[in-house]
Amino acid sequence: MNQNKFLAMLSCAALLTVVTAGCSQGQTQTTGGTTPATTDTKPAQTTDSKPADSKPAEMKTLTLLTGTTGTAYPALQAVAADAEKKLNIKIKFDIKPDGTEGDNLVKTRLATGEMSDILFYNSGSLFQALNPEENFVELTKEAYMDKLLDSFKQTVSSNGKVYGVPAGSSNVGGIMYNKRVYSELGLSVPKTWAEFIANSDKIKASGKTAVIGSYKTTWTSQLYVLGNEFNVQAQDASFVQNYTGNKAKFATTPAALRGFEMTAETFAKGYMNKDFLATTYDNALKMLAEGTGVQYPMLTSAVDALAANYPDKIKDIGVFPIPSDNASINGFTVWMPNALYINKKSKNVDAAKKFLDYLISPDGMKAYMSKSKANGPYVIKGINVPDDAYDAIKDMQTYFDAGKTAPALEFVSPVKGPNLESILIEVGTGQKSAADGAADYDKDVKKQAQQLNLTGW
Amino acid sequence: MTLSQKKMYSLFFLLPAGIIYFTFYLLPTVMSLFFSMTRWTLTKWTYIGFENYQMFFEETSLRIGFRNTLIYAVVTCGLKVILALLLATLLTSKIWFKDYFRSMVFFPTLLSTIAVGIAFSTMMHPTQGVINTALAAIGIPGPDWLGNTKLALFSVAFIDVWKGVGIATVIYIAGIMSIPQHYYEALRIDGGSKFRSFWHITLPLSRPAMNSVIILSFIGGLRTFDLIWATTRGGPGFSTDLIASIIYKQYQAGFYGLATAGNVILFIGISVLAFPLYMFLNRREVEL
Repeated sequence: MNQNKFLAMLSCAALLTVVTAGCSQGQTQTTGGTTPATTDTKPAQTTDSKPADSKPAEMKTLTLLTGTTGTAYPALQAVAADAEKKLNIKIKFDIKPDGTEGDNLVKTRLATGEMSDILFYNSGSLFQALNPEENFVELTKEAYMDKLLDSFKQTVSSNGKVYGVPAGSSNVGGIMYNKRVYSELGLSVPKTWAEFIANSDKIKASGKTAVIGSYKTTWTSQLYVLGNEFNVQAQDASFVQNYTGNKAKFATTPAALRGFEMTAETFAKGYMNKDFLATTYDNALKMLAEGTGVQYPMLTSAVDALAANYPDKIKDIGVFPIPSDNASINGFTVWMPNALYINKKSKNVDAAKKFLDYLISPDGMKAYMSKSKANGPYVIKGINVPDDAYDAIKDMQTYFDAGKTAPALEFVSPVKGPNLESILIEVGTGQKSAADGAADYDKDVKKQAQQLNLTGW
Repeated sequence: MTLSQKKMYSLFFLLPAGIIYFTFYLLPTVMSLFFSMTRWTLTKWTYIGFENYQMFFEETSLRIGFRNTLIYAVVTCGLKVILALLLATLLTSKIWFKDYFRSMVFFPTLLSTIAVGIAFSTMMHPTQGVINTALAAIGIPGPDWLGNTKLALFSVAFIDVWKGVGIATVIYIAGIMSIPQHYYEALRIDGGSKFRSFWHITLPLSRPAMNSVIILSFIGGLRTFDLIWATTRGGPGFSTDLIASIIYKQYQAGFYGLATAGNVILFIGISVLAFPLYMFLNRREVEL
C-alpha cells in the first residue's frame, strides 16, 4: 500500500532527524564546554590561592552566552578584548537568538546542564523565571555590590540574594518623536493624553503618519501598556503588590486599563501607518528618522539603533513620557539593563567573578561605552551619562533628576503573561475591545503565576 | 532448524529496532501522558490532574486553535485533492512538454517551507509586495493578505496548497498511470467521450491514490507549524494560530506541562479524525 511505504519513509526521516540533532548537540557541547575545561582546570586551582590583584600566569577561557541584537554584543566584545589584555581572561562568545526563542534556549540549556560560564540575559520577571537560586552563583557578598543601585539589585535578586551585575545603561519607555516635524507643525510636547490626541490629529491632517505601528515585530505592540506603568503607580501605589498577590487586575483598575484603551484609540482614530501590520521595528525606525512617521511608542534603546543607521538624523529624535489624563502626573517608566549571571555549574567561577568585577569598573564601562552609548542613566554609582549623549537621552535626565520615574512592572513583579503582545495586537486591530483585551490578559498571567508557584494564585 | 530456533533468530534481529522504538517512541509517549497532568519546570513537577487540559479548552487564546486548525486542514486538503486531480489528468494526457510541466508542478515541493514562507510574506506585503503592486497596476486595490484577520488564514492555506499540490499530483499520476489501458479502449469502442472516460474510468479507478492524498494532506494540515511560523507566527493577534503553533508558544513561555497537554490533545485529535476517515475511505476502494 502507498500509505505504508510513505509512513515507513516518514518514520525513517524522523529517526534521522533525531540522530542528526543528537550529533549536533554533541558538537556544541564539546566546543562550548570541554575546551575551557581541559585548558583551565589546573591553572584555576593554582590561581585561586593567590591574591586577586596578581596576574594569573596562564590564560583562562570563559564562555559567555549572549544575543546579538543592538549594541550590547559589540560592547561586550570590547570589554572582553580589554579583559584579555589586563586580566588574562579570554571570553569565547556563544550566540543565542533573542526574544522568546532565546528564552526557550536558555531554559533548556539550564535544565540540561549545558549553560555557558556566563549568561547575558534580562533582569526582572524573565530572570525570575529561570529559577535563580538553583542555577546561578550568588554575588551578594562581592565587594563590588555596593556600587550598584538598590533599584537595580532588586531586579536581579531572588529571596534577598543578588545574582547579577548590569551591562549597559537603563532605558525608558515613552513616545519617541521627530522634533523637526514637531517644530514644523508648531506642536509642543503633550502633558496629557488629550493634548497627545490633539497633536496627533494635526499630524494626521498634515498627511504624515501620526503614530507609527510596527506590529510585524510583535513585541512593539506593548509599549502603551508597559510604558503606562508610571501613571499607574502614581495613581495607585498599591497596584504592584496587589497585582502580584492576585488581588488587583488590569481590567478592573482604571489607571491600568488606560494602556489598553490608548492602544484601541490609536487604531480607532486611524493614526497608524496603513501597513502597520506588515511594518517591522527597523521599518518603523526609518519612518521616524525620515519624519514620515512622527510619534512612536518605544523604548529608548531604539536611540542606539537610530544613531547607528541614521547618524545625521539622530539630533531630530526626542522622547516624552506616555501622557496620563492629569498634567501633574507625567513621568517615565524605566527598564533596567540586562545583566550578567554566572552559571552555578561553571568550573571557572572565580575567573567569571573577576570578569564581572572588571565590567562594572570605570575602565570596563569605558570600554563598554566605546561601542554602546547611553540609552539612559547608568545603575552603577559613579558612572554618569557622558556629555556627548544623544539629545533624546538628555530629554530624560530632567525627569530622573526630579524623581519622576518608576520601574516597569516586569522589574517589580514576576507576573508577566506571555501573550500580552498578541492580545494587544487584537486590541490594536479592532478585533477586541480594550476591556476584553485586559480581561484576557488577566487570565493569561495566571499561567505564569501558577508556573512560578506564587502564593494567592 | 526447528520452529523455536527460527523464532529466537528473528526476535534477536528485532531487538535493535525494538530498543529504538521503545526509547524514542513508546517511552516518551507514556511520559508525555504523565507530564501533561503536571506543572513542570523540566527539573521539578507538581501533579495537578486535568487542570492543563481544562485550561486548553477554556482560554480563548488556546481554544481558537481548534477552529483554525480544522478550517485550515479542510481547506488545504480539499483544494489539494481537487487541483491535484485536475493537474494529474492534464499531465497524463497527450500534451507537449509533459515532462517539463510535471517537474514544474513538483518543483515547489523541493523547496524549504521556511524559505517559501518568507518569500510569500514578502510578495504578500500590502504596499510593497509584488502581488499588490501587480493588482494596483490593473486598477484593483489588493487586500492585506497576511494582515487582514479574516483573510490571513486562507492566504497561508493558499501558500500551503501551492507548495503541497506537487506531491499530491505525483501520487495521482502514479494512480492514473496504473489504470490498465483496455478500460479506455473499451470505452472508445463504445463511443464514449473524453469527459465520460474521466468520470467513469479515471475518477473511480484512481480512488486509492485519492485516498492517500486525502489522508496525507489532511493529517499534514492538522499538524502544520512551519509555514504558519514563517509567515504570520499565528498573528495578527491569534487569528492564524493553529494547535501546533499554540503548543510551541506555550513551550517557549516555559509552560512545559501545558504544552505537553496540548500535544496530547493534538495526538488524540488527529487520531479521532484521521482513523475513521481512513476506514471510511478504504471501504470505498475498488479493485482494479
